Amino acid sequence: MTALADAAATGIEIIPIEPEQLPAAVEALLRGGGRMQMAYAWYPTPGRIELRYVGSRGQKEDFFMWRCTPHGTEVPSVAPISPLLGWYEREISDLFGITFRGHPEPKRLVLHNGAQPHVPPFDPSYPPDAQLPFEAEASGLPEIEDPDVQLLPFGPVRADVVESVELIFLYVGEHILHLHPQLFFKHRGMEKRFEGRSLAHATLLAERVSGVGSFAHALAFCQAVEQAAGCVVPPRARMLRSLLAELERLYNHLHYLGHLAHTTSLKVGEAEGKLLEERAKQINGKLTGSRFLRGLLVPGGLRRDLDPKPWLSAELERLREEIAVYVTMLENTNSHLDRLITTGILRHEVAFDQGATGPIQRASGFDRDLRRDHPYAAYGELPLVVPVKTAGDAHARAQVRIAEIDASIALIQRVLLLLKEGPVRVACLPPPHAEGLGWAESPRGSLFYAVHFAADGTLSRVKIKSPSFSNWRVFPFTVHDSNMMDYAINEASFGLTVAGCDR
Amino acid sequence: MPFWTFFGLQKGKATTPWPRDAVQTGQEGVFGMPRFEPERCAPECDACAEACPTEAITVRRSETEKERLAVDYGRCVVCQLCVEVCPAGAAQTSFDWAFGVRDRADLMLSQEGIAPEKAHGAQDARGEFRRSLHIRHVDAGSCNGCESELQALNNPFYNLHRFGIFFTPSPRFADLLLVTGPVTYAMREPLRRTYEAMPAPRWVMAVGTCAVSGGVAGGGYACGNGLEGILPVDVYLPGCPPNPSAIIEALLMFLNRVPPRVKGGRVVA
Repeated sequence: MTALADAAATGIEIIPIEPEQLPAAVEALLRGGGRMQMAYAWYPTPGRIELRYVGSRGQKEDFFMWRCTPHGTEVPSVAPISPLLGWYEREISDLFGITFRGHPEPKRLVLHNGAQPHVPPFDPSYPPDAQLPFEAEASGLPEIEDPDVQLLPFGPVRADVVESVELIFLYVGEHILHLHPQLFFKHRGMEKRFEGRSLAHATLLAERVSGVGSFAHALAFCQAVEQAAGCVVPPRARMLRSLLAELERLYNHLHYLGHLAHTTSLKVGEAEGKLLEERAKQINGKLTGSRFLRGLLVPGGLRRDLDPKPWLSAELERLREEIAVYVTMLENTNSHLDRLITTGILRHEVAFDQGATGPIQRASGFDRDLRRDHPYAAYGELPLVVPVKTAGDAHARAQVRIAEIDASIALIQRVLLLLKEGPVRVACLPPPHAEGLGWAESPRGSLFYAVHFAADGTLSRVKIKSPSFSNWRVFPFTVHDSNMMDYAINEASFGLTVAGCDR
Repeated sequence: MPFWTFFGLQKGKATTPWPRDAVQTGQEGVFGMPRFEPERCAPECDACAEACPTEAITVRRSETEKERLAVDYGRCVVCQLCVEVCPAGAAQTSFDWAFGVRDRADLMLSQEGIAPEKAHGAQDARGEFRRSLHIRHVDAGSCNGCESELQALNNPFYNLHRFGIFFTPSPRFADLLLVTGPVTYAMREPLRRTYEAMPAPRWVMAVGTCAVSGGVAGGGYACGNGLEGILPVDVYLPGCPPNPSAIIEALLMFLNRVPPRVKGGRVVA
């Protein structure tokens, strides 16, 4: 326990660097087996922007940050070396007004064409609560010369109850040549909403960044604040945090299987998957008062204690038995498997370069999981199985999630055995100018929160790296040069959310 | 494939009797809007108003004691912070999650009593639909929590079809526009165009606190404050998110198939 506590209290290494040295530094890091995670900007003082690049030198090596101050408004792009950073740089351009020299896709990302802020929205001189002046303009598409190529813009209002995104297909007959997902219709400016909020309110905001990732978001936020404050969360709260995080994975993965069966037209399979999801959500409601596990987390622990011991174990065991029957049936239905196997293959190298995360990267052969590689909550003390597949197709993505359901239930049962009485909350007050980085392996993959505090102790900047931001970038690489009939199945096999990506 | 058919038959019925019977709603233990007993308030105390993340609670310091506390449930995100900070037990956790109303004023709790009944011009036309209703949903920037609960309506437990209520892909076939989210700058125009594509008579339902008033995300550079000032709203259902049983109750209330439960910010039915 103490070793874990010390790790949580250690700040992360911050290394100053000159902007011009960044490309060479990133190249050296990648060559040495390291990996970049994200980049963001913030204002240490009004009028001075600082860039941060988060990475690690090896899989289980601690995260570190490079920090650099641009001279003027232009810095060299590192996207040609680490493609996954391309979207982060475009986001910084849109929201902070920095230009990245040599960027392979120097286009808007987060702000739509037609949004015309007089100053970038994150500039301290941007008037609070002034909505962006906006007149819709076409999104930039590749030029088409061949008259046989057709254009299908689908969305942002699409069929069924789904999130808003515009899917723009360029296709010939059944053959998709190119997919451009026009995201960020749902951009709410959530990161800026954190500024100046109290920690209690900021935690509620984090819960509402991505509804089906409420707990993981709030957990990563709280852990970032706890790191900034050097605060050690009591053991019972850490155990309960792991338990709740696994309950979140459980209902998400069950929804995933039901939705995947919907796309392969397996009606009873869809109904059963969604009924099992409903059962899992009802367990959440009974245990916490919220079907989305909201309203429990706070920096320093939990807002109140829970008593899962008398009933949760038996109820989960019943659910596990039903899931086992369901999954066996899915895995023995040829019409279902035929549509999944070889569909939407994500190659290992593409998964790495473009920054795939969570079950998506684990289905393409990466044995990575933040719960094991960078333990938080009580994961350092729990036996963790990390399922990995190498085929990289829709079936592998489903199989990884199926195996994770089993692992999650086993983890919860383990927590219920180990759970001891004790306090669930300690005071957590970050000092002025403190900063912290928190992370969680959400059901969809790696989630990071970087927090900065102002001189008066309020939040001055919160950066959110959601797993769907990573995986939406990867997804089109499996769609280009594929088949229209497989599209819905492939999309379902990624299990993406738009809210988490758009923020 | 036959084994799926057999499996489905063998499973039997999974559907809740809600709202015919208020049992097995599927919401055991799920928190609803906090209840207030303003007469228990400590003098000079405004802890709940200070704690509220969405300014749903106002405490007037002076004036007559009669009108000290006002709550707008259309702004409530069910976070329970008011309950936690209240030193006098005047704010209490409840299970009042079915909070759909036709009149925005019915989400306002004040000590002045229940708002007077207002005429509903659309009410008669709704009768024409008898049992069937077709809904077009638009996500105007939600966190996906509301979508998750709307999607659940078609699972075997809630089985929305049993009421003759369906989601339809085309606004041309829709009677009701169901909106979630605080309405971002980029979704304002697609939302308006969806509404305009619907044939009259048409109605609008705001689902979730974001759509009703903006919620925690409302305001800022990218968001509006829900449907306020954007579209005329016929049904309001606050909640963060409202659970599927609450959505069913609000839809049936809109169709005059169950009586309204909430008046003047209190559950009366």
